[in-house]
Amino acid sequence: MARVELKKLRKSFGMVEAVREADVAFEEGSFNTLLGPSGCGKTTILRMVSGLETPSSGDILIGGRRINDVPIHKRNLGLVFQNYALFPHRTIGENIAFGLKYRNVSKADVARKIRESLDIVRLPGVEDRYPSQLSGGQQQRIALARAIVIEPDVLLLDEPLSALDANLRGEMRVELKAIQDRIGVTSIFVTHDQSEALAMSDKIIVMSAGRIEQIGTPEEVYNRPLSEFVASFLGTSNLLDARVAARTNEAVVLETPEFGQTPVPLSHAASLGEGPQARLMIRADKLTLVPRGGEGTEAVVQNVDYQGQLARYFLRVGETELQAMNMIDGMPFGVGETVALRLNPDACVALPMSGAAS
Amino acid sequence: MQSQVWSLLKIYTVMVYVFMFAPIVVVLILAFNASQFGGFPIEGFSLRWFRALAENEAIIRALRTSLLLGVLTALIATTLGILACMALVRYQFRGKNLITTFLISPVLVPETVLAVGLLIFLRWVHVPRSFALLLLGHSIIALPFVVLVVQARLIGIRRDYEEAARSLGASPLQTFFQITLPLLMPAVFAGALFAFTISFDNITATIFWRPSGMETVPTQIFGMLRHSVSPEINALGFVMICITVGLPLLAGGLARYFMRRKI
Repeated sequence: MARVELKKLRKSFGMVEAVREADVAFEEGSFNTLLGPSGCGKTTILRMVSGLETPSSGDILIGGRRINDVPIHKRNLGLVFQNYALFPHRTIGENIAFGLKYRNVSKADVARKIRESLDIVRLPGVEDRYPSQLSGGQQQRIALARAIVIEPDVLLLDEPLSALDANLRGEMRVELKAIQDRIGVTSIFVTHDQSEALAMSDKIIVMSAGRIEQIGTPEEVYNRPLSEFVASFLGTSNLLDARVAARTNEAVVLETPEFGQTPVPLSHAASLGEGPQARLMIRADKLTLVPRGGEGTEAVVQNVDYQGQLARYFLRVGETELQAMNMIDGMPFGVGETVALRLNPDACVALPMSGAAS
Repeated sequence: MQSQVWSLLKIYTVMVYVFMFAPIVVVLILAFNASQFGGFPIEGFSLRWFRALAENEAIIRALRTSLLLGVLTALIATTLGILACMALVRYQFRGKNLITTFLISPVLVPETVLAVGLLIFLRWVHVPRSFALLLLGHSIIALPFVVLVVQARLIGIRRDYEEAARSLGASPLQTFFQITLPLLMPAVFAGALFAFTISFDNITATIFWRPSGMETVPTQIFGMLRHSVSPEINALGFVMICITVGLPLLAGGLARYFMRRKI
């Protein structure tokens, strides 16, 4: 177990800046997620920590020790891949024992450790089978067992769930988190799936185009995004052009043609600069539809995406298109219906105009 | 109308195969002919030509030379081929395409040109012809086949396996021997068989490169044919076909047997 720290870490491939000056600390025993669309540099960071890529500049510290020049096989890390990467010519037992061979473990201990790790991933008794005889989910459990049996300082997970089908993914997500809690290893998890990130992480690092956009707890990055990118990447939200109408001690009042004046709490306007322009972010689930004639902005329902207990509405206010996700109470609103929209200012976020983020 | 075209096509196809395989079948049958003069009708079944073959010291010597040459060629070409493929597939460096082309080029250059070229080169550097140089030449001819087969397989082996092994504590060399090579084995085996067969069959380049007095099986047959068509040659042909066809079949069968045992 160890704390991992990245200091001004940079990686470029030729002209392409894959990672720009990443500064981030992964606390001992915590579960950290690098989240972002493909090509944002999250996997490159993971590969640099693992030693599969060499940083262009900057430092990587594990447990306070700079490991930039330590070759991968001497870093004592557990690595789990998207495609499991179990050695197809070795049995499950041999796969798990592979890392122990290089660690002076006695024969009796090897057998015991294999059994223990198979118990941890809840697949006892498969030592003598070959990887091809197991299902995808089972193979990923074995890959996890192989990575944790060496008692790594850090566990690195490169989209380990994305090759699994949807049901299994949800199940494995809970289990993976439970195992990590139990063995308490510092973990760095890479994913493009926001629900995985929100469900599992102690800390989420949102990345875009090689840059870290925001670092925070799941609650922070979801409810208080600091940039338009984070706001639109996590969850469904509406972004409106706004004018700063007033600033008080508790709130920034944003004025939009659609909703008039909205007082956004200061805690939700952390990244807003001094300028007169801003963007108002409204989560789709915080925009409530009420029948016509109720208090609120009038809107027309353009389309309804019925999802059982939820409905997603595509709405139009003047020229502006909005999305709202509401629980269905009785009948959903129909297409073409005129409704009134209510929004909760405390759930809104004031963001700087794009490109002006500090 | 349509069925007529089809039956014509069928007949044509069969004819092509007959034309290709009939001579081989003739050799196989005549090898067991009792008569002194090779030809039909066959006068009786006999193994006397095989006995004569076993007693012919020149042929036995040629066979021994060919086998040794083939095995060593397979060893050298396979080793070099694997090393080249590791570099070409797993690493990025300047001039990679040029080197690939260079490695494959012996296939493209007519063998006679290659043979004469090497011979002139050897004379230029004042190196006499020897078994070692013949072996070198055969290895050059066999190398492209090994590279092509091994390269295709290596591209198919995801790097994840090697990266996983490295992360678990294996050094680059340990990773190669524990993970990459075993996964590469079917292609290595196929490549080695290719190399052996190519060396064992080769006559054009061998005629140019062999030191005087040294015969391989093909050059020995060629020499014997100059005097007369002896039935011994049929027997020798039978042995050669057995080796060049039987060996790959045997290897394929063994490979399948081991695969099945594993799964």
